[in-house]
Amino acid sequence: MIKAEWFFWLVGLVFVVMAVQMFFDRSNPKRFGTSAFWGLLGLCFFYSTGVNDKSLPAEPLGVAVLVLICLGGFNLTGKGTPRTTGESERVRLAGRFGNKLFIPALTIPLVAMICAVVVPKFDFGGHPLLEKGSETILGLGVGAVVALGVGMWVLRERRISVPLHAGRGLLESMGWALVLPQMLTVMGAIFQAAGVGTQVGKITEAVLPDGQKLAAVALYCVGMFVFTVIMGNAFAAFPVMTAAVGWPVLIEQMHGNPPAVLAVGMLAGFCGTLCTPMAANFNLVPAALLELKDQYGPIKAQIPTAGILLICNILIIYLFAL
Amino acid sequence: MIVLLGVLVVVLGFATRRNPLLVVGVAGIVTGLLGRLSPLEILRTFGESFASSRSVTIFAITLPVIGLLERNGLQQQARTLIAKLGSKLTTGRFLTLYLLVRQLTAAVGLQTIGGPAQSVRPMIAPMAEAAAERRNNGQPLPEKIREKVRAHAAGADTVGVFFGEDCFLAIGSILLITGLVNSTYHTHLEPLHLALWAIPTAVCAFLVHGGRLLRLDRTLERELVTVNAQMAVEHEDAHSRGTEKGRSVK
Repeated sequence: MIKAEWFFWLVGLVFVVMAVQMFFDRSNPKRFGTSAFWGLLGLCFFYSTGVNDKSLPAEPLGVAVLVLICLGGFNLTGKGTPRTTGESERVRLAGRFGNKLFIPALTIPLVAMICAVVVPKFDFGGHPLLEKGSETILGLGVGAVVALGVGMWVLRERRISVPLHAGRGLLESMGWALVLPQMLTVMGAIFQAAGVGTQVGKITEAVLPDGQKLAAVALYCVGMFVFTVIMGNAFAAFPVMTAAVGWPVLIEQMHGNPPAVLAVGMLAGFCGTLCTPMAANFNLVPAALLELKDQYGPIKAQIPTAGILLICNILIIYLFAL
Repeated sequence: MIVLLGVLVVVLGFATRRNPLLVVGVAGIVTGLLGRLSPLEILRTFGESFASSRSVTIFAITLPVIGLLERNGLQQQARTLIAKLGSKLTTGRFLTLYLLVRQLTAAVGLQTIGGPAQSVRPMIAPMAEAAAERRNNGQPLPEKIREKVRAHAAGADTVGVFFGEDCFLAIGSILLITGLVNSTYHTHLEPLHLALWAIPTAVCAFLVHGGRLLRLDRTLERELVTVNAQMAVEHEDAHSRGTEKGRSVK
């Protein structure tokens, strides 16, 4: 049986290998900080296995997480000059490979879907092939590995170092932002442990008339929207609003369907992202790139859509998820 | 009640554009202390929730293959395809088609083939403008209308990727939801189910925004007529003033 932990080790190993590459990359002015960040992250992926099965204490991992936060938070990570192809060469290569370039990319979701939907239906010698409950995650891992093989075959690339370097370039350009979702998850867990959800839940119950489903759904979605507009980030709004309304009221009290409530709630937050200058990379950067006089031009083009979709999201949860 | 100050830390931190990682770290520690957790308990919570939420970060495993494809011209090939599809359409129809392509490709995990720098500036905005210019008898567009076309080119890209990517099970937002809920509430959600529940909103997004883009053609047409009429009047005025001046000299 393929276990989810093996896959986490593979991800950890990829981070560690890339950290070694970063350590020797003299084109990166912050190579030591960058290497420390990704290397430590990779090691945390291994150590976590022990924390999950209670064979290792969790406190050292907590310290490591705080170190990661400091390395990324105080801008000690950077990026090197990636050894890659230029625009003209890419145009030439695109002409040579054509639409074959899409095959490896489409392999990932195809294999992931097969692993999630088809493979669990079969037994292999009395055991499931993939660990139960982790089929989707494992499917992504298997899909990525298969896609890499397909990609190297389609593109006639023999050296494994080439995709590793290319992936490292993407990793460095995303930087610490890549771990932000996981850190927000950690923050959500601390909120829960400290009782934030219970407190906000009490306020919500006091404000909301009992059993008012539509009002509760609207509060969740509009709350996601407003928090996202203020913070510029739906990911940050999600732990707060889910602890306040989504989980205690919509799911526990009103027995909502969890995947539906939460997925659509997140999308209500995305409506907020469309409207806010705080989400600079989505709204202000395009205006600058397109040399617009009115830097709010894209936001103005998006606001009516965002408003209608917010209402759609409220109705989808109210009609189909409760 | 006092633990709610932790939420305030998050809101203020993000609203004043501090480094998000630091905001998260400080908010976690502050909230934990206010909630009467001991420092060791806070560290343990940091550690345990990190360990149980690793699935949020695993999309990094797709980076090598995506990087390999990008260095071999993935984005360039996507541009060629779009250019083939859209060379004879009106502005609104072209942008609607792009919206659809962007949603569908993002839904199968290809978020990086588009974007303001990758596709909008080099291709989508120029093609949308060229289509509007064809409607303007090949004349350059008045500034106000050019701005509007460009803003909608950026908008179609953003709406497309936002309401397409969540149908892909390995995107950050989906993994954030499963990671958060599974480690906080000790339950089990599958990313695939969340991704499927993103589809209704994705369809709504296409209908709403696509409908607005199709209406954009009529708006542009009307505005072009008004602006051109104004310009013609101004031109006439200038012309007649010029002739009067000429007459007086004579």
